[in-house]
Amino acid sequence: MSKSNDSPSGNNKGDLASIVASNNDLSPASVKQGETGSISPKPSNSNAVQVKSEKTDLPQFERGIVDGLVLKFGDSIKIIYVKPLRIKIEVPPKDIVEVARYIRDEAGFDHAESVSATDYPKTGDIEVIYHLGSYTRENLSSQILALSTRTDRDNARLPSLIQVFKSVEYHERESFEMVGVYFDNHPRNDRFLLPEDWADIPPLRKEFRIKGR
Amino acid sequence: MIKDLVNPTNFNLMVSKLGDILVKALDKPLGYAINWGRVWSLWPVHLETACCSVEFGAASGPRYDVERFGIIEAFGSLRQCDLVVVQGTVTRKMAPRLRMVYDQMPEPKYVIAMGACAITGGLYIDSYNVLPGVDGIIPVDVYVPGCPPRPETLIQGTMLLQEKIKRSKIK
Amino acid sequence: MSDQEERISETTRLGLEIVKEAEEDRLMTLSVGPQHPGSGHFRFTVKVDGDYIVDCDPDPGYVHRGEEKMCEYRNFIQNIPHLERPVIHDSSNITYSYSLAVEELVKIDVPRRAQFIRAIASELNRQVYTLYWLAIYGIFLGHSTMFMWPTGDRELIIDLLEALTGARVTHAYNIPGGVRNDLPYGFKDRCLRQVSYLEGRLKEYEDIFYNNPLLRQRTEGVAILTKEDAIKLGVTGSVLRASGVPYDIRKAEPYDIYDEIDFNVQYMKTCDSFARAYVPLLDMRESCHIIRQLLDKMPESGEVRAKLQPNPKGPPGETYRRVESGRGALGYYIVSDGTPRPYRVKISVGSFRNLLALPHLLVGSKLGDMPSVYWSLNYWPVEADR
Repeated sequence: MSKSNDSPSGNNKGDLASIVASNNDLSPASVKQGETGSISPKPSNSNAVQVKSEKTDLPQFERGIVDGLVLKFGDSIKIIYVKPLRIKIEVPPKDIVEVARYIRDEAGFDHAESVSATDYPKTGDIEVIYHLGSYTRENLSSQILALSTRTDRDNARLPSLIQVFKSVEYHERESFEMVGVYFDNHPRNDRFLLPEDWADIPPLRKEFRIKGR
Repeated sequence: MIKDLVNPTNFNLMVSKLGDILVKALDKPLGYAINWGRVWSLWPVHLETACCSVEFGAASGPRYDVERFGIIEAFGSLRQCDLVVVQGTVTRKMAPRLRMVYDQMPEPKYVIAMGACAITGGLYIDSYNVLPGVDGIIPVDVYVPGCPPRPETLIQGTMLLQEKIKRSKIK
Repeated sequence: MSDQEERISETTRLGLEIVKEAEEDRLMTLSVGPQHPGSGHFRFTVKVDGDYIVDCDPDPGYVHRGEEKMCEYRNFIQNIPHLERPVIHDSSNITYSYSLAVEELVKIDVPRRAQFIRAIASELNRQVYTLYWLAIYGIFLGHSTMFMWPTGDRELIIDLLEALTGARVTHAYNIPGGVRNDLPYGFKDRCLRQVSYLEGRLKEYEDIFYNNPLLRQRTEGVAILTKEDAIKLGVTGSVLRASGVPYDIRKAEPYDIYDEIDFNVQYMKTCDSFARAYVPLLDMRESCHIIRQLLDKMPESGEVRAKLQPNPKGPPGETYRRVESGRGALGYYIVSDGTPRPYRVKISVGSFRNLLALPHLLVGSKLGDMPSVYWSLNYWPVEADR
């Protein structure tokens, strides 16, 4: 596993730059902290892009998987990054079931390792990432395909992938109660880990504050 | 006075007075015997609340072997238990269950709070789902600090509890 | 539709309802846990029809302590001690993947000797975990010797780890950039002696526990999880390998120096409870083999910790790194926004993934098989709740 060679996919350079930018400005508080802590050099956006463009050897195998996806779905797939062993793509919520079905049947990823929802109050949306892996195909066993989608954080609704990957059942249920994303077609969107009398907002939303150390 | 008591109408009174005298006379030896029995057969409830249960399991193992100090391995029904070892963090979901278990146990019952989380909330004091110490919901007899406490510490804590039982009066 | 037909369909509907109600009356709902010798920190409700389980509904969360939220309020180094609390008897592995993820975010290179020491610590911890798991399996099966022996042998490895790290179970030994301190004097010989002792003991375990007719009868052919179902449910670790899928993160995606180590992925094809109980033993044997090689190939001297700035932080980005722990794949998804604190941490643990197999296996099996099936899933509730 080599360290830190992000490499942009050739045909989506514009998209990539915009995503990097949007990832940079996450929350106002955190950005302020980065500015005040001036002892260590602040990693700037342009620097990060430069590092990426210096890297010339693209991971061939991962590019192959991505090219297949782009060929099938075209513009609806945004490629966030292609690193060795790691791919991340973003699709709009309306296409996610279709893309997931293609990934399962054609690309060979057969189970979900984790489903994590992240709250971004700055951009006003919630990102849900499915980390998909493969047990059946030998050459995919080390790969993780991160399939992500974004939804509005005030009315967070997404189609559930339970018809495609049975293994997301408890993970999606956990995301529902921790971040408050409602999954359509999921059999049980209810309490799982929190106490039965929990009457607060979902705890992993950013406006839920704990005391902290 | 004795003449007053020895007649059929005051018989009940006499029996109760005699009972008092008997209890006063036998309190010391009888209490000692009963407490001795309690000290050497403490039955802990099989209720694990968090990760300290690993060290509790190790304490029941062959190297530390708490059975030689009179603590039987956690088995059986809670109706015959008289000791709750709160093994670590008590979350908000577990707290009503812990209280329910404590209420269902017969008297006398003792509580050991094991680990920093059970005493004050410990490492998780700022978490949204953790109680800051169990003494808010059940009365605690002995606090055993550590995160997690070593089995030796747990044994010392139970010996302190035994000292307490030995000194306590029976009802 | 005529009146008569409508009336008939109405009566059929009513009749069906009555039949359904009668069936519901036959069922009995049992609540297992959290105060139960066969559940641990976990509760599930089962519906039984006579002796057979027809429905199972797990209810975890009794040890949910909000680790993921707390991570956002502490910096990368402060997070280590509380992140290992979910599995304190496997603490080197749960901090291992965290360290790998933070190293990728902060961009540190780990010295070669530190990689070996890390691997040794995590292999020893895997043995500690598995022995404890085996001991509790003994309690679940009502086999007292099976509790006593592994607990006793576990103490010897704990002694070794205590000499290495300074704590019995909560080591906080793996940190981003290496390990906290170097090996103590004479560690290599002690470790080799311990490994050969354990290998001898594992033979005895096999004779006394695994060839025991009682254990065989209670586990063989019980609760079969087929290969297709295991893949579909996304189970991991020994449960997956017992279902005939030779998948191990150490082999599939070798981290640190595992690509230089020669070992086999142990798996079985019988798919039953016995296979799920036996694969951890095979893993332990393989782990002894790995430790020997690690001690052999380890450089004699060198740095064990890369230099870190006091409050390490990296460029904004995200990563997903995983290791093979005692319960299977253990992954961390960390999003960093450029500050010293993580923006989001998701711990994807093997126990939580294996939990999905519990209702699948219990429905249709006998109530008496419940403890052996439950614990054969290699499930540690504290870790699953996080």
